Amino acid sequence: MSNILIIAEHDGEALNISTAKCVSCAQAIGGDIHIAVLGDGIDSIAAEAAALDSVGKVIAVNAGHLAAPLAANWAPEVISLAADYSLILGPSTTFGRDLMPHIAALAGVNQISDIMEVNGPASFKRPIYAGNAIIDVEAAEGVKIVATARTASWKAAGASGSAEVEQRPAGSSAAGHTRYVGLETAGGERPDLQSATKVVSGGRALGSEENFAMIYSLADKLGAGVGASRAAVDAGYCPNDMQVGQTGKIISPDLYLAFGISGAIQHVTGIKDAGTIVAVNKDTEAPIFEISDIGLAGDLFSVIPELESLLG
Amino acid sequence: MKILVGIKRVVDYNVRVRVLNDGSGVDTDGVKMSVNPFDEIALEEALRIKEAGNAEEVIVVSAGGDECQQQLRTGLAMGADRAIQIQTSESLQPLSVARALLKIIEREQPGLVILGKQAIDGDNSQTGQMLAALWDRPQATFASKMVLNGDTATITREVDAGLETIEVDLPAVVTVDLRMNEPRFVKLPDIMKAKRKPLDVISLGDLGVSVDGNLKIHHFAPPPQRQKGIMVEDTAQLVQELKNRGLI
Repeated sequence: MSNILIIAEHDGEALNISTAKCVSCAQAIGGDIHIAVLGDGIDSIAAEAAALDSVGKVIAVNAGHLAAPLAANWAPEVISLAADYSLILGPSTTFGRDLMPHIAALAGVNQISDIMEVNGPASFKRPIYAGNAIIDVEAAEGVKIVATARTASWKAAGASGSAEVEQRPAGSSAAGHTRYVGLETAGGERPDLQSATKVVSGGRALGSEENFAMIYSLADKLGAGVGASRAAVDAGYCPNDMQVGQTGKIISPDLYLAFGISGAIQHVTGIKDAGTIVAVNKDTEAPIFEISDIGLAGDLFSVIPELESLLG
Repeated sequence: MKILVGIKRVVDYNVRVRVLNDGSGVDTDGVKMSVNPFDEIALEEALRIKEAGNAEEVIVVSAGGDECQQQLRTGLAMGADRAIQIQTSESLQPLSVARALLKIIEREQPGLVILGKQAIDGDNSQTGQMLAALWDRPQATFASKMVLNGDTATITREVDAGLETIEVDLPAVVTVDLRMNEPRFVKLPDIMKAKRKPLDVISLGDLGVSVDGNLKIHHFAPPPQRQKGIMVEDTAQLVQELKNRGLI
């Protein structure tokens, strides 16, 4: 049986939903599941983690140098906790992609990136070539596994548990050579792209930053998050943290509405796990119609206002 | 200051990759191979730093069989001063690549190491972070902007929540994201010139790095396909369809 340690992702205020998704992945692997919450002033976050289903224990490490999730500081701290565990798991978000390979190298192993399915306690499926191929990866017996769970493949675990929270003193000190300066978010009131159940997304056909406002307006009407194709981001219509696709965010909302997005393979990679994909595009030949559940060949500049009025 | 740039030979970005019927791998027969696009951006950034007078030499390094010399020559044609091939016939996992790069670092003593944030074949996104860990130097992943200030660098990182800024002491490992820059096109005279630039070959074994493999890959399969759905005629039908499915 595996002893699994999940590294919690949070922003200093609240637990990121990616942690609950890691718990689902850990449930599929099977074994004792513990969560490590590192940070500075994280008692309420540790309590959130302790409420996740099937979590046996939360280890909370409060220290000033752990306030920002710098891999140079967090990875040695995780290693100081790692001896008791056979598997260290983090999310496939930028947080996990930054931190987990650093941990893996300190542990002397290659990482299993982006677990999308569990075959067995040491055998997993993961995508390569932008999702154009799926491989089975098997870890050698008796060797520690360091992995990330592909967040789009896992539903968030429930939150009806009540694990104990164990406070531990930091086992590491600040690396010193890396310093956190700050974070600039484009955010606002809209749901976060990674956790939104509905996402409205715009592509190059929007034509300008001003026109892209139509996407925000419809998203607000639906209570949806906002995404974009790489073409729209590169053209400067919207900030780059909205990019959905191979090199942007890989998301799995219940409903994905794509306006003026042609459906390049790199974009499709980011939405393959969506529940229902709706595509609106003037070009009847657009590849997005090959993978959409509901397609409408039409001009987004008339469809979006019509949608807004029909939605009341 | 020397800058070391890692480049990987991968199936070209525009090729639609196909899994072989026997599940042994993907079809690379006659397929166009290129420099991993993120590594091109890494090299471009290194060249710009040199052109701005903040570095004296740019070295490109790649690990693989002799075929990767083609990509190293592309790097030289873009403007790198010399190239190093870490020769191996094995398919290396990221940890072995990071260990080999560390050996090159010990020989070359670069002030900065720039890599792509991930290779578009394995999509692992591990090598840079592993190298920083083994080297015990700062890592700045997914960088979209880098400003050098003497012994330190201020780096903007593309993270899920937005743009994060960190400051690192040099030497450091930086892995670059798409929006860092737009790589230059290679001109014909530069390709001719690149043929005369030095390209050293060192075997993986001579570096004292063994091929490790705690992970085994068993089977390649095509991804599950989404089925084409229905087409609706107008917006009213679209709304009705969404209501029928309980989505709005």
